[in-house]
Amino acid sequence: MTVYLSFSDLRKAKQQPDAETETEGAADGADGADTSAGAPGGISPTVRVASARVSSVVIALGIVSMFTDISSEATAAILPLYITGVIGLSTVAYGFIDGLYQGVSAIVRIAAGYAADRGDQPKWVAMFGYGISAIARVGLLFASGFAALTAVVVVDRLGKGARTAPRDALIAASSEPSSLGRSFGVHRMLDTVGAAVGPLLAFVILLFIPDGYTTVFVVSLAFAVLGVIVLGIFVPNKRPRAERAAGDGRPAPFRWKHLGDPRLTRLLLVAALFGSVTIGDGFVYLVLQSRGAFAAEWFPLFYVGTNIAFLALAVPFGRLSDRFGSARIFVIGHVALLGTYVLAAIPVSGALITIACLVLLGAFYAATDGILAALASQCTPVAARASGIAAAQTVVAVTRLIASVGFGLLWYTIGRTEAVMVVAVILAVLIPIAAWLLLGAKGRSTGGPPHDDVPAAVVAADATSDSPPLHDEGRAEPAE
Amino acid sequence: MTPRLKWTIVVVAAIVLLGGSLAYAISAFLRFQAVASTAGERSGPPLTAIEPGQIVFRSTDPGTEYGHVASVPIGAPGAARAVAELTCDRVDASAALVSCLRTQRGIVTRFEWQVLDERFDARWEAPLPGVPSRTRVADDSSYWASTAFVTGHTYATVGFSTATVIVGADGTEYGNLEDFAFTVNGDSVTSVDRNFWGVTFVPGTDGFFATAAAGGRTWLVRGDLGDRTLVAIHDAVECPSLSPDGERIAFKKPVGEAPTKTWTIAVLDLATGEEVVLPESRNVDDQVEWLDDETIVYGLPRAAAGDSDVWAIAADGGGEPELLIEHAWSPSVVR
Repeated sequence: MTVYLSFSDLRKAKQQPDAETETEGAADGADGADTSAGAPGGISPTVRVASARVSSVVIALGIVSMFTDISSEATAAILPLYITGVIGLSTVAYGFIDGLYQGVSAIVRIAAGYAADRGDQPKWVAMFGYGISAIARVGLLFASGFAALTAVVVVDRLGKGARTAPRDALIAASSEPSSLGRSFGVHRMLDTVGAAVGPLLAFVILLFIPDGYTTVFVVSLAFAVLGVIVLGIFVPNKRPRAERAAGDGRPAPFRWKHLGDPRLTRLLLVAALFGSVTIGDGFVYLVLQSRGAFAAEWFPLFYVGTNIAFLALAVPFGRLSDRFGSARIFVIGHVALLGTYVLAAIPVSGALITIACLVLLGAFYAATDGILAALASQCTPVAARASGIAAAQTVVAVTRLIASVGFGLLWYTIGRTEAVMVVAVILAVLIPIAAWLLLGAKGRSTGGPPHDDVPAAVVAADATSDSPPLHDEGRAEPAE
Repeated sequence: MTPRLKWTIVVVAAIVLLGGSLAYAISAFLRFQAVASTAGERSGPPLTAIEPGQIVFRSTDPGTEYGHVASVPIGAPGAARAVAELTCDRVDASAALVSCLRTQRGIVTRFEWQVLDERFDARWEAPLPGVPSRTRVADDSSYWASTAFVTGHTYATVGFSTATVIVGADGTEYGNLEDFAFTVNGDSVTSVDRNFWGVTFVPGTDGFFATAAAGGRTWLVRGDLGDRTLVAIHDAVECPSLSPDGERIAFKKPVGEAPTKTWTIAVLDLATGEEVVLPESRNVDDQVEWLDDETIVYGLPRAAAGDSDVWAIAADGGGEPELLIEHAWSPSVVR
């Protein structure tokens, strides 16, 4: 039932409403079928021919993320100014708000992944996450004082924790396995466009209206609500498990043992190893900033620079991952991270080094953020996909948090440049180990091109469970 | 739902939501323009030079003078204010120098630090890594210092962190205080969350005082620019301010624990270690300033966002706070 559309097809769909009216009466989203903009008949099914098409569902989810990120990043960018300059709270309180959210976010993420699998309703769990973040924006209009602001920020971040894994599961469910990397790349590109536009929009508003914080919050609310509406209307309620059941007649309920797949275990291990040497971007920026006048002057632009590199490279890396395997690209992304550390640590400063460093950091995100979700979905049966993605993302989030604290210690004990060097050396040692774990000996291939042969061990494992063969899972039933 | 209906709903929603936001933004812009173009009621002649005997401050009077540096005579704080061209978020002045921290609004907001002479001619400048917090010029004009919050662009990627930098009038840049050797009871402190802020200089020396924080505790530290050391000398002191006679430190004293932490004003006698908490019940989040050896002045926010007043209180704890200058912030007494 799934029809894959490219960007141009989506545009065409907009311009040809008449053609689409033929789909009236087509199954509604609620019954598990995909009613994305061009159902069969509306647009020539030949659009499926190329395997590298990206589903309109993925594009719709990307647009939802873009609006939501414009909303959240516009607020986040001005929040320090607002808290210290307008509400008159100190930044100590601000740091507290930040720390508070970190802890709860991980638990929410796992719970949301589980809820999405258990109920087989990823869309509605994601909707809940986007929805409560939008409601938090309403709170921002009325919040004054510390307690109110804390509540708003926590609710917003809980929403973010809740929506990520179910949304990524929807992306996986809406994509051809052979173009999964590209789908995630397109999604992350749109998402990052929002992250880059949001702060700029906020600062433009403040440029014209210096006391216009409320205006920023109003605009932010509008984008958040629009995102939720697009999600509600354009994203079908894919029910991966029900679809499978319809396909082969075997129901495949969620089982915890689905998460015991050795490939997922290896992926989680690698994610933990890498996460534990991924220091916060803030630290990288601080090292750069302390090194020269150029970097100090452009410090506030670092975040934007990294995002531009991320959004420009997300799709190319996604395509490469479809071609050469997501595991390979995931490892290569960490080589880019290694390059970031080395450039940050070498005692040479200058505009070029700074820019190269930011580009590599953006490349790291482009090659790992969406790719991790793609890998996790390739390593988990359909029935447990959101949980698998949530597990991988949580492992990364938690280990990165620990890494940042540990790195902070190192930073003050041995000095900033030395600390970065130490982390770079550990990362350099970990990269071949991770490569061996993910790509190593035959039969252990994790997240290789999904159309590869299914490893024997996995087939054997599958034979004993009620889950379908792993490599089919992302593919919807043959059209027609 | 047909695709046409879906698109209609989304397009209508987009027009309503984004159009509504735009309308709100335009009305906010017009409102701001109307207020900003009204001349302040309290302004007098232009301020062209800093002189001893002035209180220099940031005017928060809504109107054309908002954000500008202004001054009133120490003896007549209620008089019409002289307003300068210069705009600052935080300002401090000595007889020969003005230190000004500023938010440079733009597509990407940046922060800068400028030091000018007494006639407002630029003398030195540097970018700041984040939101301006404190600035001080030594009364003898030999050093200047600033503190900025270093915040990431997401919800504080690096958490709370300050960058405090000291520069000498001879051009020597002493760098961030984090690179100074910091000791508490003789033990070197190298913990993760080390932070320093709120410098106050000891005129005629290479010494200064500042706040140090680590592991949830704060200290008053005595710093030395000669050997680049910071030594903790007292607990729970934030944003110190040395009295003109050099004998006492006025500071904001933490009350309660984070996140509901607030501050009140206290005065520490450096010779005896005796502390007097002043009868100011409101939350004072400012680096206070000495009007003279008996009186302390400080800013307090008003209900209207972005506006504030400067208050005065007796340093010995023997009197209630009094409103000194309306619509003002960041007071600095020029000696």
